[in-house]
Amino acid sequence: MAVISYREALNQAMREEMDRDPNVFVMGEEVGHYNGAYKVTQGLLQRFSERRIVDAPIAEMGFAGIGVGAAMVGLRPIIEFMTFNFSLVAIDQIVNNAAKIFQMSGGQYNIPIVFRGPSGPAVQVGSQHSQALESYYAHVPGLKVVMPSTALDAKGLLKSAIRDENPVVFMEGETLYNTTWEVPEPTGGADDLIPIGVADIKREGKDITLIAWSKMVWTCLDAAKVLAEEGIECEVVDPRTLRPLDVPTLVESVKKTGRCVIVEIGWPVAGFGAEVAYQMQRHCMDSLDAPIERVTSDDVPMPYAKNLEDEVQPQVKDVVAAVRRALYLE
Amino acid sequence: MGRVRGVVTASMTTPDTKRVEHEDSHELVETTPAELGPLYRQMLAIRRLEEASAKAYSQGKIGGFLHLIIGQEAVCVGAVAAIEQKDYVVATYREHGHAYAKGVSARAIMAELYGKKTGVVKGLGGSMHIFDKATNFLGGYGIVGGHVPIAAGAAFASKYRGDGAVTLCFFGEGASTIGGFAEGLALAALWKLPVVLICENNQYSMGTPVYRSLAVEDVSLRALAHGMPRDRFDGDDVVKVKRRIAEAVERARTTGEPTLVEVITYRFRGHSMSDPGLYRTKDEVEEWKRRDPLNRCRQRLLDVGMPEAELTAMEEDVKAEIEDAVKFAEESPPADEYMKYVVKE
Repeated sequence: MAVISYREALNQAMREEMDRDPNVFVMGEEVGHYNGAYKVTQGLLQRFSERRIVDAPIAEMGFAGIGVGAAMVGLRPIIEFMTFNFSLVAIDQIVNNAAKIFQMSGGQYNIPIVFRGPSGPAVQVGSQHSQALESYYAHVPGLKVVMPSTALDAKGLLKSAIRDENPVVFMEGETLYNTTWEVPEPTGGADDLIPIGVADIKREGKDITLIAWSKMVWTCLDAAKVLAEEGIECEVVDPRTLRPLDVPTLVESVKKTGRCVIVEIGWPVAGFGAEVAYQMQRHCMDSLDAPIERVTSDDVPMPYAKNLEDEVQPQVKDVVAAVRRALYLE
Repeated sequence: MGRVRGVVTASMTTPDTKRVEHEDSHELVETTPAELGPLYRQMLAIRRLEEASAKAYSQGKIGGFLHLIIGQEAVCVGAVAAIEQKDYVVATYREHGHAYAKGVSARAIMAELYGKKTGVVKGLGGSMHIFDKATNFLGGYGIVGGHVPIAAGAAFASKYRGDGAVTLCFFGEGASTIGGFAEGLALAALWKLPVVLICENNQYSMGTPVYRSLAVEDVSLRALAHGMPRDRFDGDDVVKVKRRIAEAVERARTTGEPTLVEVITYRFRGHSMSDPGLYRTKDEVEEWKRRDPLNRCRQRLLDVGMPEAELTAMEEDVKAEIEDAVKFAEESPPADEYMKYVVKE
């Protein structure tokens, strides 16, 4: 079993799926000759030629729409956004077209397309490049929203996303590309895939459930280590996909521990964590020993200065503090 | 010294070499009863379908927005007559005529307007969202502009697979100001996608006349910046529309080159059923109605030798077809299954 980076995992997923299915192609800014702004498509142009690795000019609304049209008539596009911040100028294609055409057409045209790219705040890139937009897309029926936290999940889930018959918004952690994980060699069988809509317990524990996705899984795992030194055993549950959300797995964990902290890197108001909190109180009321806690970024556009940027985002200490509140330790 | 920045002289601009030039474009186009008859029948059926839907709307049997294409029928009928079954059509919310011309039945359209289970999209889309896979009708889109890249995408797939299909994309001049149109046009030109972009310039973007929405009223000029072939003509003669679109289709099919075509037309009714059209004068509307492409087509059909009796029989046949469509819609069961088509398993 090889230890590979999150970036390499995504690259392998696309390469394997493109080898398997001639209808899969990649389109986006700098995906070909530049080898990807974040090098996720490194080497794909050499292997698949310009026919299938298509460098697009700066026109997200245009090339996202070309993907939707191509998907309607049988291709399986992977549309790369250089970052998901830029998806906002293409949101008409994602929300008004990709998400609705299957229903609008009375089930005649499904849209097998993947919109993928880095998402979430990176490091000191300012407010326009530091947004967590998963709550926008998770709101929309007709879309699937996938947010892998590890290289293993990234590979298996991207392969599933490419094979899915529906539009999948596949949001990669911009700061996770260099993280590594053990990823098995592909067998060509179903075990290469990780199904969309299945949560994963990243760390088992009995005292409290931490629910987090993408980069915040790592923050929660670090917080769990700190708390373990005090004898507090956290269970870290990663839904991996926000839509559809694996409510039963989350519920099972919260019923077991009786306490829940939801950690997200997005803004607090109408953030996806609020929906998770609703689901947990709805299904776990009789098991809860404390109010559900949320940890989010501060309710501000991201500042540039490093000290302020750190202050805005959830840190390990913030998660630790929330856990201590939920355990009535402060 | 180099060029002075910001100063553009005439000699520095790209020459307009891509304009499709036609002399005597107002001359009658040669045709036969065999060619024109079916086109007239389609135009008439669309007119009657629209009139029947307006009536049903006023009776409260059709809801929401209803945008009629009355007055513009020659454009969709002529253009679709220039393509084959395997070719794709993408249109806006004013798409009943385009769908009918592509082969969607009056029954399926009318039942959809009624919101019935037997509608072309099972009552889930309504007037603005007709889709039909069987006839390669890729949809009616309620948010214009964004559908231009979708048409370019279907054309991209045709080029990718080499299947030889061409896509027609219809939009109004009102859509020519939104970003989706600009990006779709740019990418179609850059990648040489086999799509014909057809601007149905009906003079009004909802209630705003072209002179208040476009700095340059000739929409076809946008092709110039992309080195794309363009054409521009009056859309009142269905045969002319067919011939001119056929040229663009042939270019797309053989060279892969897209064309921007602007067809000048006019809608006789308001933007939608709720629009009394107070932004234009009665005289203006009457002047256009005198040039009604449907009447013109009927007269032309007589002129080229179709017997009056044959024409009358055809009109009776259309009347029966639309009456049957209304009856079918009235008697069809209500829509259901709204949860079934959100996500494909």
